[in-house]
Amino acid sequence: MFNPEICFYAKSHEWAHVDGDTATAGISDHAQHEITDVVYVELPQVGRVVEQGKPCAVVESVKAAFDVYSPFSGEISEVNAELASHPEWVNQAPHGQGWFFKVRLAKPGEKENLMSFDQYREFIKTG
Amino acid sequence: MKRTVLYEEHVKMGGRLVDFHGWELPVQFSGILEEHGAVRGACGAFDVSHMGQVFVSGHEALDFLQKINCNDVSKIGPGKAVYSHLLNENGGVVDDVIVSCLEPRRYLVVVNAATSEKDVAWFERHASGFKAAVEPASERYAMVALQGPRSEAVVRRLFPEAAGLPRFGVKTLRAEGREIFISRTGYTGEDGFEFIAPNEIMPALYRNLVEHGKKDGLVPCGLGARDTLRLEAGLLLYGQDIDDEHTPIEAGYGWVVKWNKGDFIGREALLRQKSEGVKRGLVGLELLERGVPRPSYPFFEGSRRLGELASATFSPTLKKGIGVGYVERPGEAPAFKDVSVLIHGRKAPARVVPLPFYKTAPKGERSLYVQS
Repeated sequence: MFNPEICFYAKSHEWAHVDGDTATAGISDHAQHEITDVVYVELPQVGRVVEQGKPCAVVESVKAAFDVYSPFSGEISEVNAELASHPEWVNQAPHGQGWFFKVRLAKPGEKENLMSFDQYREFIKTG
Repeated sequence: MKRTVLYEEHVKMGGRLVDFHGWELPVQFSGILEEHGAVRGACGAFDVSHMGQVFVSGHEALDFLQKINCNDVSKIGPGKAVYSHLLNENGGVVDDVIVSCLEPRRYLVVVNAATSEKDVAWFERHASGFKAAVEPASERYAMVALQGPRSEAVVRRLFPEAAGLPRFGVKTLRAEGREIFISRTGYTGEDGFEFIAPNEIMPALYRNLVEHGKKDGLVPCGLGARDTLRLEAGLLLYGQDIDDEHTPIEAGYGWVVKWNKGDFIGREALLRQKSEGVKRGLVGLELLERGVPRPSYPFFEGSRRLGELASATFSPTLKKGIGVGYVERPGEAPAFKDVSVLIHGRKAPARVVPLPFYKTAPKGERSLYVQS
């Protein structure tokens, strides 16, 4: 479980949980609710260098496909390969078993571009 | 946007409303996967009031219907319905419809929502030579589909007279002094019923169904599940799988064309197509890896582009991607090797499979399928 209250959030509805030089990322509870039944997740390759705010994964419901944007720049160090056979985890536990990938932070200062839990809550309320 | 008479019910039940060909309709309630599963295993209720109704009556109603339908309407007497295609002079499909015979010389034709106006114009244009009255009634009627193996149990409680209807049977009943039509038809590949009732009485009828269906597992369903259910069952969607440019033969629906019934619009063109050879046909594809194919995605044999998908989705029952698309020389399709669908820039391996993707189990064996 990656405590939602200490995560950072992107406007594109990803969360990032920073632990030392690595951030774990997934999509927010709000996002999984909007997307509805997740039936497929396409994850980046381990070792791929990603940029903050650039698409690096895809999450699909029965009706539509959505890009997932990396909340931080850096190298993908691990992915949640089990999502391939358990895409429903994204709905059931978006901050737990439904995590997407881990990225080794190239620019930890990028967290300044993200929202806190309270800011994100406000953002989805007004957005 | 147009609203059906059940709009308030959808809002109350938490339906997620979307614009569907100009109609504000629920795409889902509890979720497409749950609704889809309910229809395969128990039952679900759909608002399909956007679909159109046209009454055709008069001494030459049958002659007129025989001319514009490629299926044989003379084979159905009062209390029976038939699935048919209306064809243009080139053999292309103007619409796919269900024709019900209510009484001798009185028929009800259910047409698609998006084609409703085109169909009425087509009817009127061709009815002029016949003693037949064409009466568009979509504005006055609402329509609900109750689908799934438990549907009969629900109907038995509410409309016992209709519970014994055979497949494609139709019954006219009176409710609150008004005529309603119940048929054993549907668009999900399961057993089920469709109700056509005047706008004023449909909300109460629908509430009754939902309320009394609960103990049989009835859930309100949206258009999302309707689409996945019908594609699994290999049922065509007008405007996506068939249209004015494709014939029933090309769509793999040659069985709706009855050659011995006498003349009908499109017959000559179809005969020509048959004698010259059918050059393209609709085939089914399934993905061999997890992934979601969608309409318009191109598919290939090796590096040769075969076509693009007409309808495609994730199949909730089979838990894999499925789709249909037109190919040239469809007879050779089963032997295609190294088939793939281009998904997000990657060729996902697939194979050609016979349609339908899913066939419901015979009644006694159904429990084998429901458990999952």
